[in-house]
Amino acid sequence: MTAHHGSLQVTAPGDREIVMIRIFKAPRALVFDAFTKPELIVRWLLGPDGWVMTVCEVDLQPGGTFHYVWRNDSEDKEFGLTGEYREIAAPARIVHAERFDQSWYPGDAIVTTTFAESDGMTTVTLLSTFDSREIRDGALESGMETGVAASFDRLERTVLSSS
Amino acid sequence: MKLSGYVQNEERGLDATFMALADPTRRAILARLARGEASVNELAEPFALSQPAISKHLKVLEHAGLISRGRDAQRRPRRIEAPRLAEATSWLEGYRHLWEGNFHRLDALLDELQPASRAKRTKRRKETK
Repeated sequence: MTAHHGSLQVTAPGDREIVMIRIFKAPRALVFDAFTKPELIVRWLLGPDGWVMTVCEVDLQPGGTFHYVWRNDSEDKEFGLTGEYREIAAPARIVHAERFDQSWYPGDAIVTTTFAESDGMTTVTLLSTFDSREIRDGALESGMETGVAASFDRLERTVLSSS
Repeated sequence: MKLSGYVQNEERGLDATFMALADPTRRAILARLARGEASVNELAEPFALSQPAISKHLKVLEHAGLISRGRDAQRRPRRIEAPRLAEATSWLEGYRHLWEGNFHRLDALLDELQPASRAKRTKRRKETK
């Protein structure tokens, strides 16, 4: 599997991990900023259609915390993610722990994000490690539900708008 | 979003599939078999691996149901089992689809933030969500 700019690789190796690899057409420092500066994060870290980020707080230092809240007005739903930074080696690597405010699963996920630049392009690798296989699979499945639901929503809108 | 229960068989099947796919040699074997069935010797040829080593990889792939053996008594060619591979892929698809959306938005943002690409941008701007 070779990665190229624009293609996202997701794998679930082993029992408890999810790995995502994605190449961006930008220097590393800029990509690092996009992942860590609130004014930039709110522009892209949004999930399915219809959600906006209403809270984006980042204290980027070891032991510092972050807090994200997303809101969907049409469904009147909201959820939040809180985490702590364990290691920060800008612009190469961030290790943090995170959990959803609504506690959909027990324990923390440990996320290691690395940024590697080559020829003006940056490869970002996100490794999420969960406490158990069941929790890892649940995280994947929740993505599947929202992802598939979003796809059906889009399909429905397309069909309705053309009839 | 909530955790659902799992059927034991399905859970074990997916574990075996992910484990099988986690190795680059096994992925290369699957890529070769996607082009047509092959014997163990034919599969071993591109790798600097002994036949026992290749056979070990093939056992893992068979255990996961990703490949099966043909009937030819002499050659016992291996062939790919596409439905099982598709099943594992779809498990990840929703998650990947979600993050693809995020990263496409990030592409647009990075494009906007780099001075060199301003000249190339068309007048029509995509709405960022």
